[in-house]
Amino acid sequence: MSSASTTAHSVVEPSANSKRLAGFLVILYAVISMIPLAWIFATGWKTPPDSISYPPKVVFDPSLEGYCNLFTTRTRQTQDYIEAQGPPQGACDEVTRKREMVIAGPSNYVPRFINSLIIAFGSTFLAVALGVLSAYAFSRFKIPLADDLLFFILSTRMMPPIAVAIPIYLMYRELGLSDSALGMILLYTAVNVSLAVWLLKGFIDEIPREYEEAAMIDGYTRLHAFFKVVLPQAATGIAATAIFCLIFAWNEYAFAVLLTSGRAQTAPPFIPTIIGEGGMDWPAVGAGTTLFLIPIVVFTVLLRKHLLRGITFGAVRK
Amino acid sequence: MAEIRVEDLQKRFGEFVAVKRSSFTVADGEFVVLLGPSGCGKTTTLRMIAGLELPTSGRILLGGDDVTFHRAGERDIAFVFQLFALYPHMNVRQNIAFPLKCQGMSRSEVARRVAEAGRILRIEHILDKPVSGLSGGDRQRVALGRAIVREPKCFLMDEPLGALDSEFRHVMCGELRGLHDRLKATTVYVTHDQLEAMSMADKIAVMNKGVIEQYATPQEIYQRPVSMFVADFIGSPSMNFLRFQSALAPGDDVVSLGEARIGIPAIREAVPAAELALGVRPEHIRFDDGSSLRGEVYGTEYLGTTQIVTVDTAFGQVKARTGSDIRVADGSHVGLSFDAARLSLFRASDGGCIRSALYEGSTHG
Ligand SMILES: Nc1ncnc2c1ncn2[C@@H]1O[C@H](COP(=O)(O)OP(=O)(O)OP(=O)(O)O)[C@@H](O)[C@H]1O
Ligand SMILES: [Mg+2]
Repeated sequence: MSSASTTAHSVVEPSANSKRLAGFLVILYAVISMIPLAWIFATGWKTPPDSISYPPKVVFDPSLEGYCNLFTTRTRQTQDYIEAQGPPQGACDEVTRKREMVIAGPSNYVPRFINSLIIAFGSTFLAVALGVLSAYAFSRFKIPLADDLLFFILSTRMMPPIAVAIPIYLMYRELGLSDSALGMILLYTAVNVSLAVWLLKGFIDEIPREYEEAAMIDGYTRLHAFFKVVLPQAATGIAATAIFCLIFAWNEYAFAVLLTSGRAQTAPPFIPTIIGEGGMDWPAVGAGTTLFLIPIVVFTVLLRKHLLRGITFGAVRK
Repeated sequence: MAEIRVEDLQKRFGEFVAVKRSSFTVADGEFVVLLGPSGCGKTTTLRMIAGLELPTSGRILLGGDDVTFHRAGERDIAFVFQLFALYPHMNVRQNIAFPLKCQGMSRSEVARRVAEAGRILRIEHILDKPVSGLSGGDRQRVALGRAIVREPKCFLMDEPLGALDSEFRHVMCGELRGLHDRLKATTVYVTHDQLEAMSMADKIAVMNKGVIEQYATPQEIYQRPVSMFVADFIGSPSMNFLRFQSALAPGDDVVSLGEARIGIPAIREAVPAAELALGVRPEHIRFDDGSSLRGEVYGTEYLGTTQIVTVDTAFGQVKARTGSDIRVADGSHVGLSFDAARLSLFRASDGGCIRSALYEGSTHG
């Protein structure tokens, strides 16, 4: 504290000590929240015995077994049968043979992952597109009962979505939407669109009308002005909204379990089924979860420039 | 360029009438200022001319064509907003070119027009900069650039200098008027700043509560205000009103304020006994020990070459502008005399003016 006497105190600048404390707390929080992720990541590279050893192993010999098991299905065979196959083909074959098994074929992880991509990005796109259009309408036009409508839109979020699971299950079965990508896209869009309308309305309210009016005076139609002037300026809000929608759709588990089982199954309900396939295959689960995180991380990193401004929900301008 | 004619224009927002039966004509190439206090309907009037707001009733003609219900984009006008409305995702050049892009103009023509606008406004050096870092004055010029590239029928400006600090506003006033003199563009300009209005306008429309009270040249409005509101709103310090009771007959050229008999321009109408207000500009007051209109000096505001002396009289407080060489002590008693030919008379009840020789040869609002 001796340095404090030599430097002038500023009322607005945080002191060096408080900055240090803030930095320490942020790092501490980051570390704590990263530990489970780090553990999942590490588990993906362990052998099954290492993954359940007690005390837990922090230092271990990395193994490809988790990733091999994730992408393949295997059958147990006799030693004689395995030897009759000739030399192992590739690293996975070798790892599998050590466990007295042979690769029977690819697992369902890749198709399930692709389902997740289609459903999550598709519903996010739809929710944001619908959201931005209706948010614009709510923001710019005199709509009868606008406040009540907005409240109604929000009220769809007031109960946990799973509360309507049974009716939706019955409805989907009736309509033939069960276990279809279209059904899941519609469902996630319906859940997300209320969030999207509310978030985006805030962002669009912040954009002065004068921008569109100027464009309309210059001869642009309202639709043109919307695309050329409003959308670019709402980019921040759209990015933030898209991330929230994507995270929900990507991680959604309960409806996915209920409504998908085969063709349209997404990754979240699929990953737990790995556990059952060949004993407690935690490394494969770790590997599957690690890969599952990647799209969200990539998407967030790509949009982070917008996000940093957008996530304050327009509270801080410019 | 074209004439703007506004006929009987009215705008309601629910029960509230924002603009009441306004009519005025802006001649081709004229610079007209809509002046009035906040909330009087200036912006609403301008937005109706632009087509951003539809009138409840009335007509708007641009260059002789009835455009009352035309869309804004079909009217061929340019609008400069108070906040400039520069698109933050485009640089200066793109901002200025934006209005031309939707007309399907060739690239070379767009480039030529943008370069020309840049030259006229002396902003060639910032054409490739983003708009976010620009100073207020440069933003203003870019907004003007976006208006002039179109070569529209007329310019509408809503307090375009409102966001600038007062010193710079003065400079921009000069620039705007200079630009108008070169382009000879029909312009309607909205402001609540009387100095801006007086210094730039060919004609001023003074608005109050949705009504255009007077539409005339700045000189006319200053010298022959047709209502107490106009007289009070224009001029700084504003016109003094001395209230008294009297009846007047045509030809009267003297009114009695208590003991004092004060010469006025000859009255042209009969006025039954009522409360009247004698309007006197501060610069038309002299100290005169021979006058029987007397008062006590309340205070003095020194302004350099002139000073404002506040005097309490039996008819209300009066501010006089005198040379600063005259010395008057606070509390001293002085006599006041007025420049008879310059006085106006108003009915206190409705603020309307009483017709007199002062208004002869002038257009009556
Ligand atoms: N869309 C609207 N709905 C309801 N009332 C409105 C609307 N637009 C304007 N008004 C009202 O009409 C009146 C005139 O508004 P206007 O914006 O024309 O005033 P102004 O003279 O431009 O004032 P200022 O100097 O504050 O800009 C105000 O009382 C305002 O509250
Ligand atoms: Mg206004």
